[in-house]
Amino acid sequence: MIHGRLDAGLYRWLWLCLLLITLVLSNTSRSMARALDARWLIKYPGAWRVDMKSGISRFMQWLIDDASLGPVAFSQLTRGIAWIIEQPYQLVLGFLSSGLVTGQGSNAVQHLPPVSWLAVIVAVAVLGHYARNLWLALLVGVAFSYLAVFGQWDSAMVTLASIIIAVPFGVIVGLLLGIGMYRHAWFDRLLSPLLDLMQTIPVFAYLVPILVLFGFGPVSALIATIIYAMPPMVRVTALSLRGVDPETRELGIMTGCTSHQLLWRVLIPVARPGLMVGVNQVIMLSLNMVIIASMIGAGGLGYDVLTSLRQLKIGLGIETGVAIVVLAVALDRLSQALSERSDAVLIGRGGRSLWRQYPRLTLVLLTLVCGWLLGYGIPALRDYPPQWQVSTGLFWEELVRTINVNYFDELEVIKTHILTLFMLPIKRFLLGIPWPWGLLMITLLALRFAGWRLALMSLLLSVFILVNGLWEDAMTTLYLCGVSVIIACLLGIPLGIFAALNKPLGRAVSVFIDTLQTLPSFVYLIPVVMLFRVGDFTAMIAVVLYALAPAVRYAMYGVQRVEPQLIEAGIVSGCNAWQLLMRIRLPLASPQILLGINQTIMLALSMLVITALVGTRDLGQEVYVALTKADTGRGIVAGLSVAFIAIIADRMISASARRAQRRYSLGGDSSR
Amino acid sequence: MSQNKLICQDVWKLYGRGASRLFRDHAGAPSLDSILSAGLTPAVRAANLEIRVGEIFVIMGLSGSGKSTLVRCMSRLIEPTHGALLFEGRDLRSMSSREMISLRRHKLGMVFQHFALLPHLSVMQNVAFPLAVQGMDRQQREQRAADVIKLVGLDGREQYLPAQLSGGQQQRVGIARSLAVEPELWFLDEPFSALDPLIRREMQDEFLRLQASLQKTIVFITHDFDEAIRLADRIAIMKDGAIIQVATPEELVKRPADDYVREFTRYIPREKVTTIASIMSAVADAEGTSGASLPGVAVNTNGLFVDASSKVADVARAIIESEQPVPVLNDRQQLVGHVHRQQVLDLLIEGLPE
Repeated sequence: MIHGRLDAGLYRWLWLCLLLITLVLSNTSRSMARALDARWLIKYPGAWRVDMKSGISRFMQWLIDDASLGPVAFSQLTRGIAWIIEQPYQLVLGFLSSGLVTGQGSNAVQHLPPVSWLAVIVAVAVLGHYARNLWLALLVGVAFSYLAVFGQWDSAMVTLASIIIAVPFGVIVGLLLGIGMYRHAWFDRLLSPLLDLMQTIPVFAYLVPILVLFGFGPVSALIATIIYAMPPMVRVTALSLRGVDPETRELGIMTGCTSHQLLWRVLIPVARPGLMVGVNQVIMLSLNMVIIASMIGAGGLGYDVLTSLRQLKIGLGIETGVAIVVLAVALDRLSQALSERSDAVLIGRGGRSLWRQYPRLTLVLLTLVCGWLLGYGIPALRDYPPQWQVSTGLFWEELVRTINVNYFDELEVIKTHILTLFMLPIKRFLLGIPWPWGLLMITLLALRFAGWRLALMSLLLSVFILVNGLWEDAMTTLYLCGVSVIIACLLGIPLGIFAALNKPLGRAVSVFIDTLQTLPSFVYLIPVVMLFRVGDFTAMIAVVLYALAPAVRYAMYGVQRVEPQLIEAGIVSGCNAWQLLMRIRLPLASPQILLGINQTIMLALSMLVITALVGTRDLGQEVYVALTKADTGRGIVAGLSVAFIAIIADRMISASARRAQRRYSLGGDSSR
Repeated sequence: MSQNKLICQDVWKLYGRGASRLFRDHAGAPSLDSILSAGLTPAVRAANLEIRVGEIFVIMGLSGSGKSTLVRCMSRLIEPTHGALLFEGRDLRSMSSREMISLRRHKLGMVFQHFALLPHLSVMQNVAFPLAVQGMDRQQREQRAADVIKLVGLDGREQYLPAQLSGGQQQRVGIARSLAVEPELWFLDEPFSALDPLIRREMQDEFLRLQASLQKTIVFITHDFDEAIRLADRIAIMKDGAIIQVATPEELVKRPADDYVREFTRYIPREKVTTIASIMSAVADAEGTSGASLPGVAVNTNGLFVDASSKVADVARAIIESEQPVPVLNDRQQLVGHVHRQQVLDLLIEGLPE
C-alpha cells in the first residue's frame, strides 16, 4: 500500500480531521456561501452544465429516423428483431392464454381455445415429479392451483408466456456470448466492462431506450427482459467453461476432437452443472424484469401490481403480490430441481407401449387433449369458473385497515423518530457538503482504498454526474442508499453470525433468505406502502427488505468457513465463546462480510430506483420520470449516474476486501 | 528407419513474454541465469530424448521439475518454445492441425493423473468416446469398447457412471479409454499418483501385465522413484526443467550422474535394480553354445537356473538356498554364466561390487 505501518496512526488522525472539516463545512456551507456571495459553492451553476441529455435524445431520434446499416434502415432492423421475438410469443400466449386466433378485434376467429387450466396444472406437477419427486410435484401443483383459485390465472399465464419466451432467448444468446468470451481474449476484454455496466445500470434505465426503439407493448418488454436477464448467463458460461479441469480439456484434444467437438462434446457437457445455475438465474431475473417491464406493456401480474399500487388498492395488490411470490417459488424450485437432476443412465426400454415407456408424457398429453375436447362441452374445464374463485382482497384490506386504525400512532411514532433522529440528519449532512469538497473527498477515499487509478476514475465519474446537474439527486440517492445499507447491515450481519453459530437457526435463516431472494423486487413495495404510505421512510424499508439477504448470507458463509483448526487452536488457548467470536471468527470472516456489504449496496441501489414509484426524490425518480416521458437522454444520463455510484462503491469495497484477505493470507478467493 | 518411436531434439519451453526473442539473442541456448533474469519461467530446457519402440520410458522428477510440461510438449498439448519432435521420423511441429487431429485419433493415447473421465457419460460411453469422436458407428465402437473394458477387468460395470466407481476403477476406465484406439505411443501422466498406496501397487502390476501382452511404446511420468524403477526399461531424471540423466534403473543406481541422482538412489535396495547378469561370473567362451551339457561346469543338482535379466531380489532366496552355483540363461535359453550365493550375499550386505 501507499503508506507504511509507521504512519498508520497519523493517517487515522488525518481522516478524523477530514471528517470533522466535512461536518463543519456541511453545516456552514449555506451561510458561508451567502457571506461570500458564492452561491455556486452549494449549487452547481446551470451555466456550467454540459447538455448530454439532448445529445443522446437527438442521437436516438437520428437512429430511428435516418440511420441505416447498408440498405437496411435501422428502424427496419428493430422491426425485424421485434417480429422474430413476437412470433413465438404470440404462439405461446395463444396456447396458454388467448387461444390461437387469426384476425384482429371483432374479426378475430379462434381456431383453438387455450389450454385447459387443469392441463397446465397437471403438466407442471408432472414436470416437478420428473425433476425430483412427488413432493415437488405437489408443491408446484398447489402453487399453480393457487393461481387458479385466487383468480390470478389469466395474468399469471401472460407472465408465464413472457418467461417461456424470454428464457430460451436469454440462455441461448448468453451461452453463445459466453463461449465467445471463453474462446477469444479480445472479446472478453470488450464484453467484461459492458457486462459490469449492464449489471449496475438500474432496470428502469434499460426500459427507456427500448421503449423509444420498439414502442410500447409486450415485445418491448420481452426485449428488455432478455437484455436484463442475459448478463449472468454470459458470465456463468465463460466462468464454467474456464472452470473445466485442464486435464479434461487435454483429454478432448488428445482424443483428436476438432474444436467444435471439444466444445460441444466435452466442455459444455462437463460444465453443465454450472451452466444450469446460469439458467436458474436467467429464469429468476426474467421473472423480476417481466414484472417491472409491465411499465412498458408487458401486461400480466406486473401490470396488476402496478395498477393496484397506483390506485392504492390494498387487497388486490397483496393478492397479486402473493401470486407473484407463488409463481417465483414454483419456478425457482422447479428449475433448481431440473438442474440438479442426475442423469440416471437409461437402460434400453424399447418394445414397450407408449404408456409404459413415457408415462409422464402420456399423462400430460392425455389431460391436454381431454381438456380441449371436454372444454367444448364443459366450459369449467376451459376457464376456471369465477364462482369457484376465492378472493382474499377484502381480508387484506380489512387487516391493513385494522392495523392502521389501531396502531396508527405507534407506527407513526416509529416512523417519525427514525426519520428525524437518523435519516434526516444524514440527508442534511450529505446535501450540505459543497460539491467541490465532495469531489475532493470521493477522490481521496478512492485513493485511500484502491490507489490512484480508482481515484482518477472516481473523480471522472463524479464529474460526469456533476456536469449533468445531478449532484443533488446523486446525494439524495447516496443518503437513501447509505441509510438503508446501514440498517440492513445492522440487522443482517448479526443475524448471519448467529445463524452460522447455531445450526437449526442457520437452516431456518437459509430457507428464509433463499425465498427472499427469489422474490421480484416489486413485491417488496406492496406491504410497506400499505403500512407507511409513500415517502423516504417507505422506500428505506423496502430497500432494507430487498437488500438484507446478501448481508446475512455472506456473514454466515464467512463465519462458517473459518477453518475448524483455527477454532480448535482458539479453544486450546483457552478462549471463551465471546473471545472466539471476536478474536478469531470475526476477523477471519471480515473479507466475506465486506463482500456481503458490497452486494447489499448493489442491491440497495437497484431497489432504490424501483422505489421511485413511492415518491423518492433521487436519481431513481429522474429515471422514472424519463421513462414516463419516454425521454431517452434524461433516462440514460440518470441511469448511468446510478451505475457510476455503484461502480465507485463496488471498486472501493472490493479493494478493501481484497486487502483484508491478503492481510490474513486467506488465498486467492477473490470471487464475489 | 530407426527403432525410435519419438525423438525430442533440443526441446525448450519457456513461459513468459519475449521467450522467442531471448532465444534469438542467445543463439538458441540461453543459460538458466539469463532466462531467470529475463523474468521467464523455464519449464523445459534443452531436452533430448529418444523413445524406442516397445519400451517403457519413465520420466521421473519432483513436482515443478518440468516432467508434465515435457510430456505435453511431446504430444503438442503445449507448443514448445523451441526444438524438434520427430514421430516415426516425421516432424510433429510442422504438422497442420488437421494432421495432428488425425494422429491423435489413431496413434496417440494418454492417461491422466486425475483420470479426466467425462462425468456425464457411462463407463461404456467414456471408453467409446475417442471412437465416437472419430465418427465410428455405434455398434462397432461399443463392441470395441466392451473388449477393452474386459481387458482392464471392468466387465459388468459398463453402465456405471464414473462417480459410482472407486479411484482405482476410475483409472482403469481411463486406461481402457486410452487403449480403445490401439495407440502406438501411449502417454501416462502420473496415472497412479492419485491412488492409495495399496491400490497403486495393484495397478502397477496390472499395468505390467497389460504391457506384457500389448507391447506398446510408453512414456510414463511419475514423481515416485520406486514406481519408476519398478516399471521402467529406461528412466530420464529431470530437475529444474533439464534432463540430468537417462539410463536403465540399474545404471542409475550404479553410476548416478551427479549428487542429485545419487541422493535419489541412495535408499534404493540394490537387489531390486541389479540384474543377475551384472553379478554373475560369465562363462568364458559360452557365446552361442548350448547350455546344459557345457564341459567343466557343475550342473546344479536341483535343476535350478535363473534368467540373466531377473532382478536379484526376485531370485535371491533360491540362489542362497542352493549349495552350488546356479546357471544363468539368456532369453534364448543359452547358458551365459553362473551365479554363486556368495555373490548375492555380497550385494545384499555391502551394496554393489566394484
